[in-house]
Amino acid sequence: MEKKIICTVCPTGCEMTVTGEDGKVTSVVGNTCKRGEVYAASEFSDPVRTLTSTVRVENGAEPLVPVRTEAPVPKRLIPEIMKLVNGITLQAPVAQKTVVLENVLDTGVNVVTTGECD
Amino acid sequence: MLIVERDNHPGGILQQCIHPGFGLKLFKKELTGPEYYTEFVKEAKELGVEFLFDTMVLELADNTLICANGQYGITEVEAGAVVLAMGCRERTRANISIPGTRPAGVYTAGAAQRLMNRQNRMVGKKAVILGSGDIGMIMARRLSLEGAEVVCVVEIMNYLAGLKRNKVQCLDDFGIPLMLSHTVTEIVGKDRVEGVKVAQVDANRRPIPETEQFIECDTLLLSVGLIPENELSRGAKLQMHPVTGGPVVDENMQTTAAGVFAAGNVVHVNDLVDNVSAESATAGRSAARYAKGELKASDTLDVTVGNNVRYVCPAKFSPERGGKVDFYFRVLAPVAGKVEIIARDGDTVLARRVAPYVNPGEMEHLSPDVTGARSLTIEVKEV
Ligand SMILES: Cc1cc2nc3c(=O)[nH]c(=O)nc-3n(C[C@H](O)[C@H](O)[C@H](O)COP(=O)(O)OP(=O)(O)OC[C@H]3O[C@@H](n4cnc5c(N)ncnc54)[C@H](O)[C@@H]3O)c2cc1C
Ligand code: SF4
Repeated sequence: MEKKIICTVCPTGCEMTVTGEDGKVTSVVGNTCKRGEVYAASEFSDPVRTLTSTVRVENGAEPLVPVRTEAPVPKRLIPEIMKLVNGITLQAPVAQKTVVLENVLDTGVNVVTTGECD
Repeated sequence: MLIVERDNHPGGILQQCIHPGFGLKLFKKELTGPEYYTEFVKEAKELGVEFLFDTMVLELADNTLICANGQYGITEVEAGAVVLAMGCRERTRANISIPGTRPAGVYTAGAAQRLMNRQNRMVGKKAVILGSGDIGMIMARRLSLEGAEVVCVVEIMNYLAGLKRNKVQCLDDFGIPLMLSHTVTEIVGKDRVEGVKVAQVDANRRPIPETEQFIECDTLLLSVGLIPENELSRGAKLQMHPVTGGPVVDENMQTTAAGVFAAGNVVHVNDLVDNVSAESATAGRSAARYAKGELKASDTLDVTVGNNVRYVCPAKFSPERGGKVDFYFRVLAPVAGKVEIIARDGDTVLARRVAPYVNPGEMEHLSPDVTGARSLTIEVKEV
């Protein structure tokens, strides 16, 4: 199988052609540096993204507090994680770096607040 | 040190920028907007910086700010030096004059971002986005994540306005098509947007009538550029830059009024907050030196804009004060292959750097030593 992948590790955005089978990469063409190859392998087998969104807050100065996954999570799980995030309501005050979902969907990654709300 | 802010919270535009992509240069980490400014706010408070919130600055005259505050009424603040950091605002429908009706459902991308990320208000169910700038693409992802359908992103130029990584992560990930060399020719709808007409444009960016098509949607987001917010600067009669729309500054970020400095999007629109922070540190340091009587006045020279350069910031520098100066600039047209960026005084090259490509959407920079220079030209050449 062949896949066109644009490297997003740095702003150069090299356009790479990745060949492989069953998520295993056999060749990468078009990258300028080693980091592109590592990225290509991850994008080819199971792409990951950092998810950011907001969570509702009750009785606070603001109605929302922003959240993120502490590390990138598999892209395929993002719709499911969004559902969990939208199901949460916090009570003010909320501090920054509060864990709102621990080890979300067994990814080993927490969803935490990136802002605060008094 | 006093910060006068019309909002009720520090952070500026970063408060609504909940996405990651900040601080890669400065902190070598991918932070979200709120995470980025929290560090600076903490540091400022520890240093004893005071904040005056809910206060609008109405006028600047001779280093005195005239402000309106709900509690104190009209207030005057006298200062030894002033740093202008009012940021920018978005170009609106009026600025680009799209024909059609005036229904609800037309937002600037930043206004939609504020509504969704700070006020918990969804802007629509089916959206078209005009403009492929980063804010437009980031809002395409935000809307998709919250369950709205983004039909397409329409871009009048034949290249992407924002970063490629945002196209991959915000459009491609959600299967949102990008229509280059297209524009919105009409907004349709009585009370609420019912759709938009979209047409391809020719080489002169004029719509080609035969290509016009109707796209059904209930929301149109405009991501068509930012303009520095400069009522105060113009009121204070500062010399304004014809290209950036911000005040002309020298290498200390000092404007043409002694003791008035400026930094950030009020000077020129930045795509990376890290550059704003670097520039702001220069402005702050210079303002402190001015207030203490340590900043030498000196004659300045204008930077000459060379081949494929749209503008350079700072636009002036002092050869007498000299030293290494960080000049930021944007190119006029994209070049896909290798280019050489050169800073020269006549035929003498002061600094040069090879870049793998250049793009108007990504600010470039070069740091020549300008001590004793008789002129300075910055140019970009294909190699
Ligand atoms: C919507 C958007 C998305 C962005 N996304 C990214 C990104 O992903 N990555 C990145 O690196 N950069 C991004 N940027 C760029 C970067 O974040 C900004 O350039 C930077 O934060 C601007 O800082 P600033 O201090 O110049 O302006 P601002 O943050 O806009 O601050 C200006 C402040 O001045 C106040 N003000 C203005 N006029 C007055 C007045 N008369 N009286 C009192 N107060 C006043 C405003 O309320 C505001 O708080 C984005 C910019 C925008 C607009
Ligand atoms: S391959 Fe290397 S140079 Fe090319 S975009 Fe990726 S990180 Fe940047």
